[in-house]
Amino acid sequence: MSVFMKTKAALDRRQVLRAVGFGAIALAGSSLAGNQALATPEAASKYLMKLIGGKAAKAGKITLKLPEIAENGATVPITVIVDSPMTDGDHVKFVHIVSEGNPNPEVVTFNLSASMGKAEVRTRMRLGKTQNVRAVAVMSDGSIYGASKKVKVTIGGCGG
Amino acid sequence: MARKPRIKVPKKAKAGDIILIKTLYSHKMETGLRKDKKTGKIIPRMIINSFACKFDGKEVFSATLYPAIAANPYFAFFAKATKSGTFDFAWTDDAGKKVSAQAKIAVS
Amino acid sequence: MTYVKHLKRVAGFMGLGLLLAACAPTEDMDSSLKSGYFYATSGTQAMQDEDIDNPAFIWVDIGEEMWSKVEGEAGKSCASCHGGDASSLKGVSVSYPKFNKDDGKLRALQDQINAERTERMKAKPWKWEGDQMLGMTAYIKLQSRGMPVNVAIDGKAAPFYEKGKAFFNQRRGGLNMSCKNCHVDYPGKYIRANLLSNGLPNGFPTYRLKWQKVGSLHRRFRGCNKNVRAQPYKQGSDEYTNLELYISSRANGVASEAPAVRM
Repeated sequence: MSVFMKTKAALDRRQVLRAVGFGAIALAGSSLAGNQALATPEAASKYLMKLIGGKAAKAGKITLKLPEIAENGATVPITVIVDSPMTDGDHVKFVHIVSEGNPNPEVVTFNLSASMGKAEVRTRMRLGKTQNVRAVAVMSDGSIYGASKKVKVTIGGCGG
Repeated sequence: MARKPRIKVPKKAKAGDIILIKTLYSHKMETGLRKDKKTGKIIPRMIINSFACKFDGKEVFSATLYPAIAANPYFAFFAKATKSGTFDFAWTDDAGKKVSAQAKIAVS
Repeated sequence: MTYVKHLKRVAGFMGLGLLLAACAPTEDMDSSLKSGYFYATSGTQAMQDEDIDNPAFIWVDIGEEMWSKVEGEAGKSCASCHGGDASSLKGVSVSYPKFNKDDGKLRALQDQINAERTERMKAKPWKWEGDQMLGMTAYIKLQSRGMPVNVAIDGKAAPFYEKGKAFFNQRRGGLNMSCKNCHVDYPGKYIRANLLSNGLPNGFPTYRLKWQKVGSLHRRFRGCNKNVRAQPYKQGSDEYTNLELYISSRANGVASEAPAVRM
């Protein structure tokens, strides 16, 4: 929210928002269409249900690396590491990354194989606002693990 | 889709080494949620929705991407070096267009 | 509420406590100025530390491609005169912007590139913010990566330097702020959740996470001017080229990092 909202009596609010770059609703550097309903934790859970069924994800095995505060929500580095021997008989099959606060919950699904030798993947994601990001790993024996991390996203970005 | 993909794969490795592969692909990853500031119309979605890495024809790692993946999609992942051969990388967009790149590795 | 009281309240919210009495410009040269790299988070720094991780290299690739491309009626490419790759231009970009004796003007690197294109190649000039110019400036500046910024501010460059310095220190816009107010008075402090740096240009053209592409320094100036509700100038304008000389002089001695990654 623009700090200048409190001085709107003196300044035309629209002009201020334009001047500070549509700060409040910026997503990937431009404005969302209309009034986009953002995802919720429930939508994230519903999406995961479609992917993995009703099975509950156990804690453990996943290290989810995300910054505590995103430098900029348009590009947030994320690393997922799953503790697994990655052998033919025992490996990670899928990792799903899910957002609880973006317009849509799906972010990316990784398909892993034993030929990776190590279950670690790094990528960069978009975060529209402060939210929890979930990672769910599905193993070759059907077991499922989950982890979640909160990322603070500030709306800002001086300089156009 | 015209840009050459950027890839980093070690040129050599010993059998059993777990090597780090990095890829960076030039793409806007248009979400389909943005409005054109002049016309007010929605800019249609156009993203890379799939990335796959194979070694000698067999899939090592792949991903299904959604608009929440940042522009210029980047993936870093690992592969176990077993024998000399060729890594094949492919990026596919919403229109079905596919761009691929290769990298050879010598494994001793 | 009077305008003055209103501005004081705005300044208060921003946590800057600006004095509205006119301040005389203070001496600027401070050899301890740090690159914007040191004001970035470790995640952003990591994106710059390895070339394969740095999305700006997508534009370096464009520059490299354009280097060997024959364009214009003279049937030449950059390579025709400068050699197979841009390594022959090592050390060149750190002296820009510089005074050009042929036209008596201060030239940014983009101006020099376009002069070569129009005069020698008989080709069309590139747009300042188009991918070709962004790519070529990224590619050429890469050749000087790690070398200290070294712009001349004396002799023929002096009048342009003075104009740039005046611009830097001049308050402008509805918020009545100067570059100095953020980048000299408050580096290391926050303004609206953004950490302020010294405003050094040693990383430009830069891949900004916000833009999700590489952009020029003058693009960055436009954004800053708009943020204080001032009318921005055009990329390549005299005002911005003079300003570029001044802030480059603030970076004299600091290693060139272009093309960098910044937020």
